[in-house]
Amino acid sequence: MDILYFAWVRERIGLPRESIESSAATVADLVEELRAREQRYEAAFADLSALRVALDQELSDFDASLEGVREVAFFPPMTGG
Amino acid sequence: MQIRVQQAPFDLGAETEAFADAVDGAGAVVTFTGVVREADTGEMTAMEIEHYPGMTQKALEKIASEAMTRWDLADALVIHRHGRLEPGDRIMMVATASRHRKDAFEAAEYLMDYLKSRAPFWKKEILSGGEAEWVAAKDADEDALKRW
Repeated sequence: MDILYFAWVRERIGLPRESIESSAATVADLVEELRAREQRYEAAFADLSALRVALDQELSDFDASLEGVREVAFFPPMTGG
Repeated sequence: MQIRVQQAPFDLGAETEAFADAVDGAGAVVTFTGVVREADTGEMTAMEIEHYPGMTQKALEKIASEAMTRWDLADALVIHRHGRLEPGDRIMMVATASRHRKDAFEAAEYLMDYLKSRAPFWKKEILSGGEAEWVAAKDADEDALKRW
């Protein structure tokens, strides 16, 4: 599965995307896996209320299932316009 | 319905003319243009807009399609830039055309409210000292969606 990071999430983790093998059932499970990896992930995912997630390029939420999902993106609330 | 995500500047006058010409007889054309302003604190020398290439076009199409469904629109246009911009540069524009101005105004406001909080763009302000700050989303922008 491809994981993408944008804005300050990308900066804290230090890379824009990575491919990982994961058996996480939900986004929340995936976040727990990532947080356990290294301090920089812990720093990026410390406050989930400050984060948004998209699954296969559609906005979703942290309870969502990852079944069949190929691309997960994490980013702060959007500031378009 | 036209959605364009681009790094290059756009010609506001030419875009508005072309849009209005193509919907000849619509009765009402509303445009809104977003311009890079000075930061609230410190001196901003530039703004960098990051986006999610795979998702941006789709998200904007979804927002514009919803506007076309909710209001009696002849057409809608969204142009949004990304990359490095300076104060005074135009970031984005929306245009709506309808038989009646109420539909055109409301749809333009809807497009603006949604693309502030639901289109995957992130703004970073580059200050004169060289520091950079990500622009935080405002609660008011999220609250603005509730009226629709």
